[in-house]
Amino acid sequence: MSSSSNSGAFRIKGTGRHTPARTARFTFDGKSYTALEGDTVASALLAHGVHLLGRSFKYHRPRGILSAGPEEPNALLDVSRDASRRQPNVRATVQEVFDGAKIASQNRWPSLKHDIGAFNDLLSPFFAAGFYYKTFMWPKEAWHKLYEPIIRRAAGLGEAPKEGDTDHYASRYEHCDVLIAGAGVAGLTAALSAASTGAKVILVDEQPEVGGALHFDSSTEIDGKNGYDWAQGVAAKLKAMPNVTVLNRTTVFGYYNHGFLGLVERVTDHLPLPSRDLPRERLWQVRAKKVVLATGSIERHMVFANNDRPGIMLASAARTFLNHHGVAVGRAVAVYTAHDSAYEAAFDLKRAGIDVVAIIDNRKLPGEAVLAEARSLGLEVLVGHSVVDTAGRHRVSSITVARNGEKNSRKLKVDALLVSAGWTPSVHLFSQSRGKLRFEAENDRFLPDIYAQDCISIGACNGTDDLSTLIGEALSAGAEMAGHKGADSIDAIAFAGSNLYEWTGGMIGAAEGAGPDTAVKAFVDFQHDVTAKDIRLAVREGMHSIEHIKRFTTNGMASDQGKLSNMHGLAIASEMLGRPIPQVGLTTFRAPYTPVTYGTLVAHSRGDLFDPARKTPMHHLEAAEGAEFEDVGNWKRAWYFPKRGEDMHAAVNRECKTVREVGGVFDASTLGKIEVVGPDAAQFLNLLYTNAWDTLKPGKSRYGIMTREDGFIYDDGVVGRLAEDRFHVTTTTGGAPRVLQHMEDYLQTEFPHLKVWLTSTTEQWAVIAVQGPQAREIIRPFVEGLDISAEAFTHMSVAECTVMGVPARLFRVSFTGEIGFEINVPADFGPAVWKAIWERAQSLGACLYGTETMHVLRAEKGYLIVGQDTDGTVTPDDAGYGWAVSKKKTDFVGIRGLKRPDLVREGRKQLVGLLTKDPNEVLEEGGQIVADPNQPKPMTMLGHVTSSYWSENLGRSIAMALVAGGRAKMGETLYVPMKDKTIAVEVTDVVFVDKEGGRING
Amino acid sequence: MVDFGAEIATRTLPLAGAHGGSSVARLELAAPAERISLRVAAADVAALSAALGVDLPTEPKTSASANGRTAMWLGPDEWLVIADGPGEIGSGLMAEAAKASVPHSAADVSHRNTAILVSGPGAAATINTGCPQDLSLAAFPVGACSRTIFGKVEIVLLRTAEDVFRVEVWRSFSTYAFGLLAEGAGDAAL
Amino acid sequence: MLLIHCPYCEEDRSELEFRWAGEAHIARPDNIAAISDEEFAEYFFLRNNEKGLTYERWRHIHGCGRFFNAARDTVSDKFLMTYKAGLPKQPIPAETKAEAIAEEKTVETWEQMEGDAR
Repeated sequence: MSSSSNSGAFRIKGTGRHTPARTARFTFDGKSYTALEGDTVASALLAHGVHLLGRSFKYHRPRGILSAGPEEPNALLDVSRDASRRQPNVRATVQEVFDGAKIASQNRWPSLKHDIGAFNDLLSPFFAAGFYYKTFMWPKEAWHKLYEPIIRRAAGLGEAPKEGDTDHYASRYEHCDVLIAGAGVAGLTAALSAASTGAKVILVDEQPEVGGALHFDSSTEIDGKNGYDWAQGVAAKLKAMPNVTVLNRTTVFGYYNHGFLGLVERVTDHLPLPSRDLPRERLWQVRAKKVVLATGSIERHMVFANNDRPGIMLASAARTFLNHHGVAVGRAVAVYTAHDSAYEAAFDLKRAGIDVVAIIDNRKLPGEAVLAEARSLGLEVLVGHSVVDTAGRHRVSSITVARNGEKNSRKLKVDALLVSAGWTPSVHLFSQSRGKLRFEAENDRFLPDIYAQDCISIGACNGTDDLSTLIGEALSAGAEMAGHKGADSIDAIAFAGSNLYEWTGGMIGAAEGAGPDTAVKAFVDFQHDVTAKDIRLAVREGMHSIEHIKRFTTNGMASDQGKLSNMHGLAIASEMLGRPIPQVGLTTFRAPYTPVTYGTLVAHSRGDLFDPARKTPMHHLEAAEGAEFEDVGNWKRAWYFPKRGEDMHAAVNRECKTVREVGGVFDASTLGKIEVVGPDAAQFLNLLYTNAWDTLKPGKSRYGIMTREDGFIYDDGVVGRLAEDRFHVTTTTGGAPRVLQHMEDYLQTEFPHLKVWLTSTTEQWAVIAVQGPQAREIIRPFVEGLDISAEAFTHMSVAECTVMGVPARLFRVSFTGEIGFEINVPADFGPAVWKAIWERAQSLGACLYGTETMHVLRAEKGYLIVGQDTDGTVTPDDAGYGWAVSKKKTDFVGIRGLKRPDLVREGRKQLVGLLTKDPNEVLEEGGQIVADPNQPKPMTMLGHVTSSYWSENLGRSIAMALVAGGRAKMGETLYVPMKDKTIAVEVTDVVFVDKEGGRING
Repeated sequence: MVDFGAEIATRTLPLAGAHGGSSVARLELAAPAERISLRVAAADVAALSAALGVDLPTEPKTSASANGRTAMWLGPDEWLVIADGPGEIGSGLMAEAAKASVPHSAADVSHRNTAILVSGPGAAATINTGCPQDLSLAAFPVGACSRTIFGKVEIVLLRTAEDVFRVEVWRSFSTYAFGLLAEGAGDAAL
Repeated sequence: MLLIHCPYCEEDRSELEFRWAGEAHIARPDNIAAISDEEFAEYFFLRNNEKGLTYERWRHIHGCGRFFNAARDTVSDKFLMTYKAGLPKQPIPAETKAEAIAEEKTVETWEQMEGDAR
């Protein structure tokens, strides 16, 4: 058996462009088939006479292949290589066959031929447009339990993959002078013209080979060659030019602002065994100076009763299958058209030896040239006739034909019906670019009118039908977009083209066979099962805007985005409304032009590259000590250091005790750091913080609070003055970027006269905090050039010194209430210094501690955490930090906001301590606080718990809370009602440990 | 007992041991360097140029090199100055900048940044995996530099030769930057 | 994605390098501590959020770091001009203006389209 014969009984010898010897095996619903390399899944199945490919969305009607391109609404399949590389809703007309492909139909159960869901077709009176809005209204409870599960099972196309995608995806930014979308005659010609000027050109086409309509158009000759051959020659020439990139299998899916275009290149979906190095798809984000839109046009189907049976397809699609793939779509084929172009399908099939049953032309006056040729080929042409119905269960078997306006009809036996209502210019990208369309009434089409971006439409998408005109238009567009206005460059590369037949005709809306009968299903939108009747119903029910009609009927809302259905739907609505089409309006086209996989949009942002994981210089050492880490923004911070057998609670309890009794070492490197330098540095900080800084002496540091102009706490941190003109500012870990932005904003735009500059030094320094009674003893041997005795280096001192031979900044600060030091060393030295410090700390009985212990220890001291104990509505006074607001300064950011009536009123929420009556009860953070737990609901909330911990040092729980008038409620009993109990608490001071504060100065 | 004070700290570089790249784009770690973030008003640029021995460029997106140091224009009053050499203890650039008596700010950022060198015919494409700038030679010639974005992190990009770029990145973002460059280098080779 | 001309870098750069920073030309009162509640509300809380021509601030945060001003048509997203911080509100150049107005009539927006759906 020759390979050509087993590649399908419908292969027609002498037609098509594939090599018979190059075959590929694939399975469809478990059955094995042979295809030829270059086949689409659609052409390969048609070659074997397989037309039934799926079930429709709503009525589960048998569906086949309607088109040969990306506009396909019916033939959506599940394509997989293996369990983890599977994609649903792949268009059979786009997917190339590869050896080993596993392909399955969708939306059917138990099988494609016997689908239980088809019962819906009989119930269709209940599924009319808008049925969702009417049917499932009540009872309310039924929604979750009944309606939603049923609808979820029944609706939806395809099945999402359950396993992680093992393919990878790439992305690339690119720039060019001219991007050309579409490589048909117009796009190729424009590319030649633009490229000849030396401009950087990117030519993009969604198909495997260039040529566009030349894939099917057998009667076009260009530059003395067959059109398709000419196209391949041009592509080869372009690919050889260094200034040209030709991207095949690539779709321009979005045309965004300022010449920005999104492209998806399908790299491996056609390959049998793609290298694992290859990305499956590549996202191109292109910034083009100019764009040429040569996106062609899409043939429309005819709207008549039962126009959706498998075997009914667009005439141009049948020509693609025959002329490009060498496949006949049937043995007895009829054509139903309102446009001359479909005649050529009949001619091609007839010449290939296929029985053409009849050409049924909806018009009174077909084009003379095609009519004459049809007659000379002996074809029966029924002018002024319509197909009013079709029959056939899984494939069309007969059509019913009647003269327009007459009832008498006859049946014709067919196994395929080719349809054409004319061509819709593909203005999607133009519309996405925000260009405005105009309606050309004589040809029933929308065409580009007013441009919003630097682009130009040429060829079929611009309504240019005549080939000679089109070539001229493309030549000058290419040169002009490349910046050459003169004709010289064009003349040098000009060539001629001709078509055998000029095309006329076209219609939009329902044809005769769409009937007023409510039982008739004349499909407008195949993918969403929207019929002509549905659109009429929508208008009758009061939808008068096309935007409402679209949403009520879901016409054009499926994944094909109405490429076939929009114009028909619009025409039917226009007729019902009695308003001309431009007044009914066209829905706006939005990106993407065709569906784009999530994988492509995500590209590299997966796994480790999903988001940067920021690690401190000592991270690996902490991990080696068994640290558990927590995420703080992008940072991974050591959370606690469990010893063998310890859970988090035990570890934190031990760390808390050890720090207070001996000492602890903590990685504080993530603290934000900003170097503020310049003669006006103190003045600038005076303006940005509520505190006064000019009084701070070099060698000292101070805790500062930053408010926004509204008076609410924005950030806090210790600021050290290293010299008259140099401050080392620290911020919260999470606040670092926004605080710098906030400071830069004021410096650049409000206080530009100040001579001061800001530099982020967060990552310059590794910060090792050593806290506890033994802190000084731990660090003493390592510090050179500085007396760190209690007398010489008091609390809140700062100095530059040497630690282990490395220049360091040493802060005497404490966030624990114990003696504390923060050693700042250049980050690369962090690990070595950390190791040495830890070794000594360990020998003295100290521990490593993490952020959880840090949180507990600071809460024991009542220290604030911005963002936990504050929420953007808390003033320094509310937090008990009124002392940090300078009374002497005449200006600082927030000075006016703090005087606002609401900020100075009585009864504001204030930060207080809470002690539960039961010391073992640990409150939940976020718990609401009330005065009387027995009051009727809704209760009056006094505030909420902001911080709550078990304090091992105190042997009881502690909490902080924002409570209305809290400081006046000291000693009062309040309540925290929980789901299952009410917890009584006493309002206290926020300082729980060492209230006198003596330990810190030791 | 261990004599703790006798130890001298050694450096641990971020990305130590990282390797990657492809046939068209090599990824290497730059040697440790000394770096300062320099800020000075336009009127006082000359004083800092003299102090540092390199003319601070005043044209956007340009750099200048002299006496073993490279000054990169990052903004109208901002330069990243990198000195060749190990950049060990005692920062020479800081001391030199301090000699200028005009108001300015020099902050040592030697350890804040680390650098990855991307070289080869696919270097630009590799960086364009995550960088939206036009890296054609016409738009980004040799010597051009810019702070910009690379995927989800900020970088400073310097083109040191037609097919060599230096990618300066904050140390905690360097693992991400290296990872994305490695994927980009792989893709650029296809 | 927008392409924004940075007046300091003197080059068009991708929106990814920038951050929007609110309405432009709202100066912080010199005597802020003395202004009335109404004046403070006007300064700090109230914004025009205009449709069409709007003056706004951007920061080239992942570039030169500078804040600057821009005149942008929020309907078409077209930048009519950008200029350095500290300069007074700049008039729109005449030719840009004509173009912008022509576009206002032609550009379809979601609002316009949905607005038809009364």
